[in-house]
Amino acid sequence: MNTSTFFEGLVHEDRVHRSIYTDAAIFEREMTHIFGAVWVYLAHESQIPKADDFITARLGLRPLIVTRDANGQIHALYNRCTHRGARICRTERGNARTFQCAYHGWTYFNTGKLRGVPWPEGYACDFKDAKFNLAQVPRVESYRGFIFGTLNLDAPSLSDYLGLIKKPIDEWLDRHPGGKVEVREANRLKFKGNWKLAYDNAADGYHVVFSHRSLLEMENRMQEDPTKGMSFYMGKPDEAPMYVQYFGRGHHFKDKRPNVAKRPGALWELEAAHPGMEHFENSIRKKLGEKAGRALDLAAAEPVNINVFPNLSILGNHIQVFQPLGVDETDTTWYATVVVDEAGELGGTVEDVNALRLRTQEAFPNFGEVDDAANFEEIQRGLAACEDEWVYMHRGLGIPGRVRNEPDGTLKAPATDEVFMRSHMKEWKRLMSTEPRISVVR
Amino acid sequence: MSYVDETYYAQLVRDFSAWPDGEIGDPGTREACRMVLHREARLLDQRRFEDWLALYAAQCVYWVPATPGGDPRREVAVAFDDRRRLEDRVYRLRTGHAWSQAPASRTVRAVSNIEVFPHSEAGVMVRSNFLLSEWRAGEKQLWSGWCGHRLRYRDGRYEIEVRQVNLIDCDQNLRNPSILL
Repeated sequence: MNTSTFFEGLVHEDRVHRSIYTDAAIFEREMTHIFGAVWVYLAHESQIPKADDFITARLGLRPLIVTRDANGQIHALYNRCTHRGARICRTERGNARTFQCAYHGWTYFNTGKLRGVPWPEGYACDFKDAKFNLAQVPRVESYRGFIFGTLNLDAPSLSDYLGLIKKPIDEWLDRHPGGKVEVREANRLKFKGNWKLAYDNAADGYHVVFSHRSLLEMENRMQEDPTKGMSFYMGKPDEAPMYVQYFGRGHHFKDKRPNVAKRPGALWELEAAHPGMEHFENSIRKKLGEKAGRALDLAAAEPVNINVFPNLSILGNHIQVFQPLGVDETDTTWYATVVVDEAGELGGTVEDVNALRLRTQEAFPNFGEVDDAANFEEIQRGLAACEDEWVYMHRGLGIPGRVRNEPDGTLKAPATDEVFMRSHMKEWKRLMSTEPRISVVR
Repeated sequence: MSYVDETYYAQLVRDFSAWPDGEIGDPGTREACRMVLHREARLLDQRRFEDWLALYAAQCVYWVPATPGGDPRREVAVAFDDRRRLEDRVYRLRTGHAWSQAPASRTVRAVSNIEVFPHSEAGVMVRSNFLLSEWRAGEKQLWSGWCGHRLRYRDGRYEIEVRQVNLIDCDQNLRNPSILL
């Protein structure tokens, strides 16, 4: 098979073939040619803050243990005993210097090095040979707390891989005191559908008033005119100042901030009712007076979707991770974040802010994402119609002047344009047609 | 107007983190509580959400922790609804545009192992186990766990002040958690 021709046949300028969502062989190839070839988000540093902390993760389907060793260095170890292949860590997070396989007792340090095996006199080999250490991801790097790993020795640095999408990530972080956040548990969802259905949706401004109609109606049920939540999508969203931007390498950005007035407190005014809203808002206003706006805005969902191919979406105040489990099963985990205020920038209101922020973050997974996930499942069901081969993503294509080539090489388009989807599909096609130099170290 | 504040949270966490051993012996109290739980299960299975809401106190919480015993002051929950948000939840389900419930789930739930514990002069804490079978869009799934109820006797009936739903897989990825559990 000429792979380049094969994938050319599946990804056209205006549409993609159904099999990229349904074919188990294509899915298996994605696990090496996509998830093995690019930087994949693994975990957040605040989930393993102390020496010897660990958290389990996956790189594609590969089970990993992300550890912080005694020297603070982060490793992404394969959670797979070198001996017979069993997972050596069965708990999702914790603190441990060593991991012992429950099957035959082989024990490894959290650096991946083999510590020892029971009754070594029964072996003729030298266990100092590195081949007995745990396999690990050869390249692990962090960007401002976000830990990524790649198996591809030829991949650019993480910083170069992220490229221009770093700017919105920086802006998202820098609105917080100290320029950082902490992860605090998650709303965890799953759907029976291909992982790309979630990634295709990540910057989709076209679905909002349809897929989320019940959410918009709910949030505005006390309003005379709808102003809460994503009401700015109603009417003519393509004429609103928000936009979608494609950054290359599959990364994209939906920026809704231009829809919101620049003054502090304007973002908070978009929030609908949440548990505890009155009490904690009053408490913040009492403590900060006219300066309460910034603190309250930190409890409101930041109106951005920052999507880092293939598995990370920073949106609102969430760090959302797309985890493929099979060709037609995907977990989407919405990690909540809280504000940390070590320098006291928020005048003693950080607890109040987080009390609000935890509740505001529960809203979308409860009342929005469930409907998207149901629609993703309906796509997967619909795609069983095998003679009906094509899935369209051509909104905006061929309309002169609609998609703008920016001087920095990015593409910008009105909010409902599907240019971001067409563009990440081109990148998908390129990656699927390229042989990555994949390796592990021990 | 939300009544949720630090005091409310603190009481909630206190009530649901320390379950006593000594059950209430009085059969009348136990029977009255059992009837509330069974009625609640039936109304939800019948999708009589407004009647179900009427079982709840004006100041109430419907709480589905995302970790075993999770503290809502420190972490997000699968659901943490005060009265207003609970009404929001029902309102959304009634819009006809909540696609995760189109078609609507058919559910049947079995509530068992009911134990009633003393709480305050008019209040009791109730523990129960549940199995909830859900059929929707051609597929069946099973939800299971235990519930904690804080009930208060007022105007001749027990009303629900708090319901904590503890899924055995609360910290795992859940498929379409759009029904009222």
